Amino acid sequence: MMGQLVHLVGLTSALPSPGQSSDPADDLVKIRVADLNVYYRSFRALADLSVEILERRITAFIGPSGCGKSTLLRTLNRMNDLVPGSRVEGRVNLDGGDIYGPSVDVVDVRRRVGMVFQRPNPFPKSIFDNVAYGPRLYGVRGRELEDLVEGSLRRAALWDEVKGKLHRSALALSGGQQQRLCIARALAVEPEVILMDEPCSALDPIATLKIEDLMRQLAQEYTIVIVTHNMQQAARVSDYTAFLMMDEERTGRLIEYGTTQQIFTTPRDRRTEDYITGRFG
Amino acid sequence: MSRSTRWRSGSVRYAWRKLTNAGMLSLTGLAAFLAVVPLVWIVVYIASQGARFVSADFFTKLPTPVGVPGGGIANALGGTAILVGIACTISIPIGVLTAFYVADKPDTPLGLAVRFGTDVLSGVPSIVVGIFAYTVVVLPMKRFSALSGGLALAIIMLPTVIRATEEMLKLVPNDLREASLALGAPEWKTSLAVMLPAALNGVITGVMLGVARVAGETAPLLFTSFGNPFWSTRLDQPIASLPHTLFVYAISPYKDWHAKAWATALVLMALVLSLNIIARAWTMIRQARLGG
Repeated sequence: MMGQLVHLVGLTSALPSPGQSSDPADDLVKIRVADLNVYYRSFRALADLSVEILERRITAFIGPSGCGKSTLLRTLNRMNDLVPGSRVEGRVNLDGGDIYGPSVDVVDVRRRVGMVFQRPNPFPKSIFDNVAYGPRLYGVRGRELEDLVEGSLRRAALWDEVKGKLHRSALALSGGQQQRLCIARALAVEPEVILMDEPCSALDPIATLKIEDLMRQLAQEYTIVIVTHNMQQAARVSDYTAFLMMDEERTGRLIEYGTTQQIFTTPRDRRTEDYITGRFG
Repeated sequence: MSRSTRWRSGSVRYAWRKLTNAGMLSLTGLAAFLAVVPLVWIVVYIASQGARFVSADFFTKLPTPVGVPGGGIANALGGTAILVGIACTISIPIGVLTAFYVADKPDTPLGLAVRFGTDVLSGVPSIVVGIFAYTVVVLPMKRFSALSGGLALAIIMLPTVIRATEEMLKLVPNDLREASLALGAPEWKTSLAVMLPAALNGVITGVMLGVARVAGETAPLLFTSFGNPFWSTRLDQPIASLPHTLFVYAISPYKDWHAKAWATALVLMALVLSLNIIARAWTMIRQARLGG
């Protein structure tokens, strides 16, 4: 496992920096979704979906409301398990291992695949305790914990704003700060992938820009998957874009997947073009 | 034209509506006033009757026989504390854990049964609970005991604790639960580190309200803890309690015991009332703090 990781890291460092990649074949696959079907009881929310998410790239899921893009995202760290009656068919491989495999500990999956939610959801605790929450679960204490908290806050571009008030309530922060705190909290457990479910939809434009800058920085170290309603945002930050739409049975299907540049400039599918040019959705 | 006639008829209707409004407002106001009267009356009357006998000795001395002046209710205070302590020890862990189960699995057969059960249990007359504790504890032990009284009170408290905790757990935003789980926290850890602190407020309020309720219960203690004119801390022996002492004094034929009954009533009422007020003030302060 460790050897494989080192191997991957060695390979990826030779890759072009994010945003400059041209062909998906150049990059390493971090998550491979194959023939995925997701059901909520008898309702089929996603059908026959296959997609490859590349390491240290930002992949955006776009599409009209209800097309299943959030469902797809939440399938990647098994948060959908929490929905009563949900069922997953097909495979979701993380570094080649099926995260829905029978012997897989869901807790381990969620540590490796972190998540940032639509609305900032800090715990009603201090800023420090929010970031320390995850590491403490794994027994990190003392000096090591303080360093980890500081490092996570720095990487989330929040350190300078909060360093003097780490023990104040996280709820006193602004919305954008809270969201960056949630990102710091997710980073603190040292995940490999970060899922972001419309992370800016509750934020103002300036806070949104900060988060987008942050995402670009984080993409140098992490694989990022973002769901967004905002096509400009997808165009601005992502390297790859997947366009989803629902069919007549309201089942979500992947319509087109490619580099963001290709999807936004020369979409192959008529429906993608219609959506991107704002003709529906 | 039609518009102006409609307006005129409207103004008549408006006047009538204003009148109705004034009438109904006075009626509801009167009803509300009448609802407060008994409370104020009880408080004032008991205070005026009981205050004469309440002194420091009353809290620290043991009861005296009929005709002997002085004496207090120290045994009853201690007994009530012990009984309530037993009740809390039994009902808080069971109640809080049950609430977690019900909040997490409301649609399972057991979850539905528990919810229905707590509703029914809170409606069971307390004397019936007393008979139950008598059958289950007193008969096998062959004597009245603090333990049986505490058990009876625990059963009466249980629905309050379950309901208050469950309601609070339901109020914890799902976002927080997901945030914790998404960080790789196991469910038990999420419950303990996120759900319980958020619900703690409700648990404490629920427990205090439950204590306030059972501290004044007499019926379930009549044939469980029974009463004891001496100081006792033994769980397997009969023990005194405030409501039972009040009961014994009140039905006695002696004048000085009647006075003591009033004083005991005052102490009991002050205890229950202040518990209620503290519980509600606590909730309000916590809510204000969370809101800010």
